[in-house]
Amino acid sequence: MDPITLLTVVVLAVFVGFEVVSKVSSTLHTPLMSGANAIHGIILIGAIIVAGQSLEPWLLALALLAVVMATANLVGGFVVTDRMLKMFAPRKPAGANPKDATK
Amino acid sequence: MSLLSPEWTGVLYLIAAVCFILALRGLSSPKTARRGNLIGAAGALLAVITVFLSARIENIPAILIAIAVGSAIAAPISRRVEMTQMPQLVALFNGVGGGAAALVAVLELSSSESPWSKVAVVFTMFVGAVSFSGSAVTVGKLQGLISSRPLIFPGLAFVMGGVVLAALVAGGFVVATGWAGWAVALLLLGLLVGALLVLPVGGADVPIVISLLNAFTGLAVAASGIVLGNLLLVVAGTLVGASGTILTRAMAAAMGRGVSGILFGAFKGGSTAGSTTQSDRPVRSSNPEDVAVLLNYAQRVVIVPGYGLAVAQGQHTIAELATTLEARGVDVAFAIHPVAGRMPGHMNVLLAEANVPYEALKEMAEVNPEFKNTDIALVVGANDVVNPAAKTSPGSPIYGMPILDVGEARQVVFLKRSMRPGFAGIENELLYDPKTTLLFGDAKDSLTKVLGAVNAL
Repeated sequence: MDPITLLTVVVLAVFVGFEVVSKVSSTLHTPLMSGANAIHGIILIGAIIVAGQSLEPWLLALALLAVVMATANLVGGFVVTDRMLKMFAPRKPAGANPKDATK
Repeated sequence: MSLLSPEWTGVLYLIAAVCFILALRGLSSPKTARRGNLIGAAGALLAVITVFLSARIENIPAILIAIAVGSAIAAPISRRVEMTQMPQLVALFNGVGGGAAALVAVLELSSSESPWSKVAVVFTMFVGAVSFSGSAVTVGKLQGLISSRPLIFPGLAFVMGGVVLAALVAGGFVVATGWAGWAVALLLLGLLVGALLVLPVGGADVPIVISLLNAFTGLAVAASGIVLGNLLLVVAGTLVGASGTILTRAMAAAMGRGVSGILFGAFKGGSTAGSTTQSDRPVRSSNPEDVAVLLNYAQRVVIVPGYGLAVAQGQHTIAELATTLEARGVDVAFAIHPVAGRMPGHMNVLLAEANVPYEALKEMAEVNPEFKNTDIALVVGANDVVNPAAKTSPGSPIYGMPILDVGEARQVVFLKRSMRPGFAGIENELLYDPKTTLLFGDAKDSLTKVLGAVNAL
């Protein structure tokens, strides 16, 4: 791919990332980290591509190891983030006094 | 046998990238966060389906089995893990992600032609390996498999410098020759750098290390996207790199130290070393009944929860105590230090688990001016984040760290297991202050007794 195109994408993504993440409330920093963690599990795409091109058995074995690791990262990351965010979801119907919601 | 044209593939990857951005944007409010995360997961699924349809992929059955194995390992762990163990889990997933990126780069070495992509291969291999071993050591420290105290030996700085230099040389040879032997050497050096980077970091600084390694893995993934010419990987990796960088800086600010000071402070010796000795100076210890009376007749109580609370699994009891006191007309708030717990925002998760509404959780800047008008500051299992040494003793390892000013409250009650210093191993002068009362014991036991005593009043 054309290096300048790549550079453009990287620079724009940096700005989008900073913009979006700086708005995340500090209450949610742990889910942010595990969510971001899940997102880099998308390296699974790369692992699938290399595994799909591996012809020699031991190269394939390495690639499949990468697939296992990347899947664990991706699936585990999203599952655990969902579990955490479920706890932050408002449980009381609207209008309830938040102070009473501790019960 | 590609079913999708490159154009359609590009469009679908773009949609997946937008899903990831929406996932992060959803986190700006607890109300939208969960939906955002599900959108992100949908984006990931779309991307995985797309890759099978777009490129020539052999070995599909083996790949599907590998995916099944990975899911079968990760999903049950993620469902069952205790919220207190979240930092370990995040570090673990971070490590395997970094490791996967490094492996992908190794396998792409032979097919990358341009010097550009070879440099990207070298970068991915090195950073991925650093992230892998660094995360492994972090998990070890958090799980107590290895000591959480900084591990320092004389000449560490020179060893580190030498290893990094050797890695640069090996990386240069990989780019120049493309020989696999150099690549293996580079990987091993990367693993060594990761371990050397994290071993000297004190336990209290681990939250920073986790976010930093998160950023590293993101960058490794972005670089692997450059290697494979896959824009989705580039965008996703860069997003994660940005979020990790922001969190790392936020954490460092919350500790009042520069990132480099935390990472390399130990190289100069004595950073967060602290002492393990117990002092035998007199303190005022009390019983649960007296603490209950103090709390019951206070107008305003601020609870400062720390990691000790989480370890004792006392979140639910303290939430109940807060509700009980509220019902009796006491104004109760929770003061959350940014580094309470073992990762950024960890305490918020633990209290959310105990059904404390997030509106009752106050951040440091918001709550510090209010301590003056607080009758009782109830510190449960926290130590370093309320240690005035951070303000008063320039020689202290935590000097400069912003703290919760519990000393400003009219009275301070500490619930502590023992007089042992906290995770950072630094003694707390506040414990000997005349207005401080201590209640010794396991945080959950003590809270249960106090709660019972309050109910009996």
